[in-house]
Amino acid sequence: MSTFIELVVNGVSAGSVYALIALGFVIIFKATEVVNFAHASLLLVGGYATAVLHDDIGFLPALGAGVAAAAAAGALVELLVLRRARVEHHAVLAIVTIGVDIVLTTALTRQIGTQVLSMGDPWQNKIVHVGGVGIAQTRIAAFAVASLLIAAFLAAFRYTSWGVAMRAAAEDGETAALMGVRLTRVSLAAWAVAGALAAVAALFLTVFPTPGLDRSTSFAAMKAFPAAILGGLDSTTGALAGGLIVGLTESLVTGYQGDLAFMGRGIGEVAPFLVMLLVLLVRPAGLFGTRELSRV
Amino acid sequence: MSERPFRLAAVLAGTLVLLAMPFYLDAFWLQTGLFAMSAAIGAIGLNLLTGATGQLSMGHAFFLAVGAYGYVYLASDDGPHVAGLGLPTPLAFAGAIVLAGVAGGLFSPIAGRLRGVYLGIASLALIFIGQHVLFNAETVTGGFNGRDVPPMELAGFRFDDSPELVVFNVPLGALERLWFLAVLLLIPAAWIARGILRGRPGRAMNTIRDHETAAAVMGVPVARYRAGVFVLSSMYAGAAGALLALAFRRTVPDYFGMFLSLDYLAMIVIGGLGSVAGAVAGAVFVSVLPQLLTRFGDDLPLVAAPGSAGVSPAEAARILYGAAVVAVVLFLPGGLAGMWPRLRAAASRRRAASPLTRLEKEEQPV
Repeated sequence: MSTFIELVVNGVSAGSVYALIALGFVIIFKATEVVNFAHASLLLVGGYATAVLHDDIGFLPALGAGVAAAAAAGALVELLVLRRARVEHHAVLAIVTIGVDIVLTTALTRQIGTQVLSMGDPWQNKIVHVGGVGIAQTRIAAFAVASLLIAAFLAAFRYTSWGVAMRAAAEDGETAALMGVRLTRVSLAAWAVAGALAAVAALFLTVFPTPGLDRSTSFAAMKAFPAAILGGLDSTTGALAGGLIVGLTESLVTGYQGDLAFMGRGIGEVAPFLVMLLVLLVRPAGLFGTRELSRV
Repeated sequence: MSERPFRLAAVLAGTLVLLAMPFYLDAFWLQTGLFAMSAAIGAIGLNLLTGATGQLSMGHAFFLAVGAYGYVYLASDDGPHVAGLGLPTPLAFAGAIVLAGVAGGLFSPIAGRLRGVYLGIASLALIFIGQHVLFNAETVTGGFNGRDVPPMELAGFRFDDSPELVVFNVPLGALERLWFLAVLLLIPAAWIARGILRGRPGRAMNTIRDHETAAAVMGVPVARYRAGVFVLSSMYAGAAGALLALAFRRTVPDYFGMFLSLDYLAMIVIGGLGSVAGAVAGAVFVSVLPQLLTRFGDDLPLVAAPGSAGVSPAEAARILYGAAVVAVVLFLPGGLAGMWPRLRAAASRRRAASPLTRLEKEEQPV
């Protein structure tokens, strides 16, 4: 039983991190209708900046720098590439972000090489015992920080004028523009916020029990894609639910993979994708996504 | 002025040049050309799906893997650690294509329902599932170390180094022979795709891409078309994968990862979305670029030998074509293939425009 609780706790914690990434992904999609395949590389930018700087300027300033770097990278991608691309199909914009992703990921993994960079976090590998269940401090911190950020974001989305502008732009871009919402600014903000959230997620993807930031980190970030589409690409609630589902699935399947030996080694990595396929079979628009209706 | 005979002559000349190449090129360029041709077949398939129908797929590498491992499994004999069916190799090749098609068909409940970029994310799953299966189903795939690929044998002619074969004083080894096989496959592949794109199905696919509702209203069964094109593109990938396996002579799971899918998407964007010529041009660009950088890396600034501190040729190539994808979309809509009609249009405009601007002698200002 205690392993089960441990796995669930770890799953929820990992899920909140995935939700953080998926949320940024959904924000970009809502604001600009672009599916951002470069999201994993934005995450890598943030993580790399944090990992490199923490020795010199301390952990918190380094994290701040990482967040700033990823936000700047996101904003730059929007400003230099997507704003200038005039295409008829949004699928082509998605491929442009793939191009950006190839460049950024290759450049960064080259820098990282074979190293495993530590993030210099204050929690290290300390473990807290609660009623016979051992939980790593990093997991608690991940859950706390992620929930705090998500709550703050959702509040801003709901109550500030920035959030209203964003929602208006997502609902009907043309009308929003006529009402005085600056669409360019909205999409720029969306990319920057998404980058910032991804940088925080990068920290928690690479701390204990993971050894650190290495070239496979961008693959770990890929799991946020099923999280986003599972919940529905245009739904912030969906991103949260999707994140939790992915985190829990991964944690439970990895934890019990001894009983699932017939499915092969490393099934935990694949399980989120299998769940995604199952959900899409039943609900092609995702769990919380709006089913598109068209009137002729 | 009729264009048809001219076109036909150009195609024939191109084919002849392609067929003559093995007599002149060295092994390095033959290998590169083989990769380029098999990539071209795969890219044509992906362009039918992504370029013409607007359905993004990140899972193309998975179907390449199905083709490659399908061929190996069907053609090999049972070994101590691995299984095989020991079928005649041409049959195994056809079987590999069918297997890839079946795999695509199994995915069709999803491929038919999801639109554009949604399918892109969903098909990411194929990559991860594919890698998992390749590493774990050891009796079929050979696990981490992969499997040897039995050479093709067509009506008593072996696509291998032995027995020796000398034509025009040029010894034709495995690479040269495979080159002919690749040309033999590429031409019908391109021709079929061209026929599909220009005919009724092509129009339907383009309408689905441009306006799904309009397509449905005009009587195009959207879901069935999407699923069908997905199956077709997987079969193209299967053929490309089997050909790649023959060229590599060994299949390893690492190769069929995420980056391979991205390579193929880069190919069709750089070459030009929605056309066969675009897919071929992009495939040649993306597969030749790393080889060029490897070969001439010593003379280029910023590119260092693999293993040293600088940018390795493979990485430099990757960065270059990633940037090329972005640049093409920003500055060159239509890709490499779109450049040709544009140049021609510009040229004819200039020719047509020049008499208008010129004044007659008596009208010239003094």
